[in-house]
Amino acid sequence: MRNPFVPIPMTVERNRVETVDGGIRTLTLSFPADADRGAFDFVPGQFAELSILGVGEAPFGIASSPAEGGLLDFTISRVGRVTTALHHLEPGESVGLRGPLGNGYPMSELEGGDLLLAGGGFGFSTLRALARFVLKQSNRSRFGDITVVFGARSPGLLLYRDDLEEWGERRDVRLAVTVDRGDGSWTGLTGTVPDALRRLDIDAGRTTALVCGPPAMIRHTIPVLAGLGVAPERTHVSLEMKMKCGIGKCGRCSIGGRYVCTDGPVFRLADLENLPGEFR
Amino acid sequence: MRRPPGRGITDLVERLLTVAEVYAPVERDQSVVFDRIESAREAAIDRGPAALSPKNLVFPRCEMLLSSSTRGDESGRAPDPGPGGPRVLFGVRPCDARAIALLDRILGGGEKTDSYYIRRRESLVVISIGCTESLETCFCETTGGGPRSTEGSDILLEDLGDRCEASIITEKGVWLAGQIGLEHDPAGARTPRGPAPPAGPAADLAELKKRLDRSFEDQCWRDIALKCIGCGVCTFLCPACHCFDVIDEETAGVRVRSRIWDSCQFPAFTEQASGYNPRPSAAERFRQRVMHKFSYCIERYGMPGCVGCGRCVSRCPVNLDIRTVTASFLGDGGEP
Repeated sequence: MRNPFVPIPMTVERNRVETVDGGIRTLTLSFPADADRGAFDFVPGQFAELSILGVGEAPFGIASSPAEGGLLDFTISRVGRVTTALHHLEPGESVGLRGPLGNGYPMSELEGGDLLLAGGGFGFSTLRALARFVLKQSNRSRFGDITVVFGARSPGLLLYRDDLEEWGERRDVRLAVTVDRGDGSWTGLTGTVPDALRRLDIDAGRTTALVCGPPAMIRHTIPVLAGLGVAPERTHVSLEMKMKCGIGKCGRCSIGGRYVCTDGPVFRLADLENLPGEFR
Repeated sequence: MRRPPGRGITDLVERLLTVAEVYAPVERDQSVVFDRIESAREAAIDRGPAALSPKNLVFPRCEMLLSSSTRGDESGRAPDPGPGGPRVLFGVRPCDARAIALLDRILGGGEKTDSYYIRRRESLVVISIGCTESLETCFCETTGGGPRSTEGSDILLEDLGDRCEASIITEKGVWLAGQIGLEHDPAGARTPRGPAPPAGPAADLAELKKRLDRSFEDQCWRDIALKCIGCGVCTFLCPACHCFDVIDEETAGVRVRSRIWDSCQFPAFTEQASGYNPRPSAAERFRQRVMHKFSYCIERYGMPGCVGCGRCVSRCPVNLDIRTVTASFLGDGGEP
């Protein structure tokens, strides 16, 4: 019996700053053991627990696509002891990983239709994984129109600038980047993610929406998507609750009779409507 | 209240001690708790459930998951399980045994099984003693159990003073009974000889769940939780509560990851790193406790997360009684 609490050893390949204030970084990790790399089979939307023994463990969405040659990205906001220690990791150092955990986005349901990805803040990380996957040349033809909406509080807090630049230049993806408050040099959209969504012209009947972000963003985004005509059966929301074990034992991330760690983190809105409103 | 076990029980314990490690209720600092015994004389059979349930034996209050003294070793090593010889948990009340049956479904079941729990549980044989009396705080029957419930027990005994009758329930029970020459009494626990404890009404758990589910947004939770001081004693004494925290420490170069019991009654239980807390006040936290026990556990594990042992009732410093709370939902019209 495999002990589900034992992490896989990973090696830090890169540690780069995402935001101007340095508060968010992205770690790129590799598998020192081929067997671990081979066994790590994931879909966008899944997460993993990263750990430094003696310091602590915390869950993070996988920010890279499964098609990236055994390298995993994790975007980490520095808020406490564990995230500070993760920020300080240097290339070549070790970090523990348990995963992949959770269900991920419903990939088979996404094929053939239009996609609307809406993410706020660093909740955008798993949507970035999804975007990189569906926009990969060899995958692109399996999906219809793709729209990506990404919002941050300020221009300095935007993530994944290289991706945003690339997607902005591509003709096969529509990108809307918005900030709550611009600065002197900001020429893009201002307003929240729901504000940006209201301006969109989509074919709601063909569209599946995938949403990830802080609770307030989710709360305000759901009615806007309904207003656009996206069915609750085709709206998928990735939720966040404080989490420890990640394997449905510690009881912490329960929302009603479901666990965010094993039944989620991605929930169909139609199912969420039957659950207690603690996610909003 | 406490009485020495009858001769039937004493003889049985002496025989058990020759084949296994035996854990039984013992008196410590004027309370009855479960601990290892070396002789039958040490066993203290309380009138009701022991002050602390035997949960600690399968799911310790604090358990090391991993440790390492090597820099850069992030996988660590799980502690050596030690010899896996049989351990007998003797003298459990049926309510506490039933709580172990729930832990089996939660920690022992699911897609990813908890190897630490399984290791402790596999070597454990549970012998419970049916109740002939009940305390004012007992309410096993309203949670679907009873003074002679067999759920979670491998052997259920009926204490008849000079002897005891045994119902052998599981394969493990058959094995242990064979080791000590204990015979199954077909009449056994089904025909209690002692005075029957007062029969509490068997609550309609399905109806309770339905009414609780409808009341999630109800303002009543504020009133119910008004006097709760959030001490968490209800959850720490509960034989069925299973939520835990995972913590890391480093001492003298040894890095350790452990899990410790935690409580949904504490704000930090759900406070996210951003500072956002979906359960910001006692009302949401108390609601979570009641809903988890009487709605979510039933939905997920097919049995309530409460076995009616009454510890949370007798030990609550502000007399917040979960029986009153659930009864209020089952009252006329379902509105508390």
